[in-house]
Amino acid sequence: MLLSAEMNTSNQLSEALLAEHRPVLYRYALLQLKDTELADDAVQETLLAAWQASANFEGKAGLRTWLIGILKHKIADHWRRSAREVVTAEFDQIDNDADEVDEDDFFMSNGHWIGGPTTWNDPEAALKQQEFWAIYETCQNNLPPKMAKVFMLRELVGLEASEVCGETGLSDANYWVTMHRARLRLRECLEVRWFNQSKKENNHA
Amino acid sequence: MRSCRDITALVSQGLDKKLSVSERLAIGVHVMMCSRCRNFQSQSQFIRKAALGYTVQLQKRLDKKN
Repeated sequence: MLLSAEMNTSNQLSEALLAEHRPVLYRYALLQLKDTELADDAVQETLLAAWQASANFEGKAGLRTWLIGILKHKIADHWRRSAREVVTAEFDQIDNDADEVDEDDFFMSNGHWIGGPTTWNDPEAALKQQEFWAIYETCQNNLPPKMAKVFMLRELVGLEASEVCGETGLSDANYWVTMHRARLRLRECLEVRWFNQSKKENNHA
Repeated sequence: MRSCRDITALVSQGLDKKLSVSERLAIGVHVMMCSRCRNFQSQSQFIRKAALGYTVQLQKRLDKKN
């Protein structure tokens, strides 16, 4: 195999070092390509390209950021080839959210909750139910696009907060606000559509 | 005394970075008395777990399609 070949000089990124980032890259690719095989291929191509070009890696931006940059190109290549231009790079084309609402939907002007979180009955059990995941997906899809992107990069792909800011161009302050709003919205949506529903059904679910 | 709006914002930040001692204390004291913020705290942790689980679910579902 190419990857274990003779060229392991000191400025060469090792296969093991690159492979550490595979899970994050895979989740990133999967969320965009929505296909496990295509995601696998894109990640494989990315790691191979990175390994071959590792002399060009300057270490300024951080290895993962560099790898994601390569992966983005691989994903863009895929869309170009498959002519599904409409869905091009979901994560990239969204710049702002038309329906910019804020915590005022959740709090009164004095900072007290409007309504506010009720106690959920056995949330862990929900994770084992297929119906819950459909609701979860709906709630996640209901987030405004940019908010969804930030949330997904952090919680689904698993990037660090600073990496998400780098990917999205958000300032620190905007990042905190965006993540907080995303959690408030998701929480409310899950409460209304799932946890309050199962209360009504009286442990039937 | 910080409001629920401020406390939940801190709780949320605490999921992404290490808070100062005084911030953590403020949260601790507040959630002792405020069940709604206490719920927010545990539910935002649950949401993190669900988000991770969702990628696993998505992968399973997409695998079946192939």
